[in-house]
Amino acid sequence: MSLDARWQRILTNTALYLLLTIVAVIVIFPLWSALTISMLSETEVASYPPLLAPTSLYLTNFVRALEQAPLLRYLFNSIVQSTLVMAGQLITASLAAYAFAFIDFKGRNLMFLVFLSTLMIPWEATIIPNYLTVRSLGWTDTYMGLTVPFLATAFGTFLLRQFFLTIPRELQDAATIDGCGSLRFLTAIVLPLARPALGTLAVYSFLQTYNQYLWPLLITNDQQMRTVQIGITLLQDEERFAFNVVMAGVVLVLLPTFALFIVGNRQLIRGLTAGAVKG
Amino acid sequence: MVTNDQRLASQKSSRRTPSSSRARWREMKKFLLALAYLSPSLLIFLAFVFIPLIRSFILSTQLTDPIGRPVAFVGLTQYQRLLQNPQFLNSLQRTLLFVLYTVPTTLVIALGLALLGNLRLRRISIFRMIFSLTIAVSAATASLIFLYLFHPALGMLNYLLGLVGIPSIGWLTDVRTALPSVALVTVWLQLGLNTVILLAGMQGIPEELYESAMIDGASGPARFRHITLPLLSPTIFFLLVVDLLAAFQAFTQFHVLTKGGPINSTNVLVFSIYREFYFNGQYSYAAAQSIVLFFIMLVVTIIQFGVIERRVVYE
Repeated sequence: MSLDARWQRILTNTALYLLLTIVAVIVIFPLWSALTISMLSETEVASYPPLLAPTSLYLTNFVRALEQAPLLRYLFNSIVQSTLVMAGQLITASLAAYAFAFIDFKGRNLMFLVFLSTLMIPWEATIIPNYLTVRSLGWTDTYMGLTVPFLATAFGTFLLRQFFLTIPRELQDAATIDGCGSLRFLTAIVLPLARPALGTLAVYSFLQTYNQYLWPLLITNDQQMRTVQIGITLLQDEERFAFNVVMAGVVLVLLPTFALFIVGNRQLIRGLTAGAVKG
Repeated sequence: MVTNDQRLASQKSSRRTPSSSRARWREMKKFLLALAYLSPSLLIFLAFVFIPLIRSFILSTQLTDPIGRPVAFVGLTQYQRLLQNPQFLNSLQRTLLFVLYTVPTTLVIALGLALLGNLRLRRISIFRMIFSLTIAVSAATASLIFLYLFHPALGMLNYLLGLVGIPSIGWLTDVRTALPSVALVTVWLQLGLNTVILLAGMQGIPEELYESAMIDGASGPARFRHITLPLLSPTIFFLLVVDLLAAFQAFTQFHVLTKGGPINSTNVLVFSIYREFYFNGQYSYAAAQSIVLFFIMLVVTIIQFGVIERRVVYE
């Protein structure tokens, strides 16, 4: 390689890194601002021009956010709700996907269409009757109301079915010959093999439920039963909280999902894109 | 124990039309077994998707008392009322504008981010992670963060604009800028998912295609137009569906940032449904709106699968 070409290469790479950095700064800027403000004191947050970085490791806002609003209770509710929905969806979707992948029954295609059609019905089109149902069952302000409507998932069933179809049918024949019942075949052989797909669905459904907003807003009024996304916006509505305390709350609420993002990101992407691109 | 012969026999019989009663019984047994596996999902779908959809429609043909009990049948007059109501037409227009502001913008920016993230450079995985970070951010927290950034006096955005000599913008308080401001939050929020999925799609394109194009002397933009874009079209199509549905259903951003205001300029369809039934007790009127939303999304999905997908290149 000539000296000229090498210089040109270094120059292009520097330019590319510069471009990447500028874009990255713009994308991350809102999150950086939230983190900054969460560590500003009362006087700092009201100062002009606004500060672009925290001046010290000031953690009082986090303590205040936790003390003055039942944030931990909200967090607990959200985690209970998300875990229950995640577990329920894993179970119902595994069972349904098993039927679609391993049982040749009459009307299978029609049934599959019935499942897929639920993806076309927006949640908002059914929300008024669902609200009335949950209210008449006395499920407002309960975990039942927060979880039961979401215990089935067409998307998850589809995702798992796609994965189950890659499992050789000979395995099923062999299991049948050995006298293994269908439910045992599912739990002992299919599910352990499908661990990557189950992981994807678990991360996906947890995130979806944890970030829910409209439904918990409708069916929870009791402060003890609020979920974290609603609770955190209530912090904003109350005038006594300044931006720095609200942002401290926001940072706390974001922590679980960021942890999940770091742990499960690759899994989530691999699983989702396998289903999406090959669809 | 089942012998090999019996297995072969059972395979044969399943290929034959089930005329004998034994074969019919076997079919029946399979069907019942499948139904047992499907029943947990089916029960939930029946109770919380299919029956409520029908009830929504029935509700929209009735007048209700303030707690949602039907008191009189009015047929399709609610729909007639809707089409003559300027507030509903405004909601419809605001929703379509919001979709127009967010969906193409998100796709174009995410395509740029994915191209950058796909560069062969050292430490590129750090940038990829930053570009996909908003996957982990909820609409509620994103809205709260932007509520601060948009703040007319203390907010960061007006300060930064001031640095480059642009006068302050009213953001959420101005009728003209409120909807674009909410759209900005939404685009930022959706960037993560879009970029991640586009990146995965790009990594699925075989390297040899680019190599042979380079040998043929194709420039960077030409390679993008003739290789990347066509081979990425299934992924882009998938994202188009996801983004469109998300935009039509957006609610959280509006509830946290604008509550439909100022002067209904951000009163999109879903927010209007929420307000009419939850605050005004107009159950049947809101139900009619939700049925309209259902049909809009149905039409959008049908158009997408019928028209656009035919032009998408699959491997």
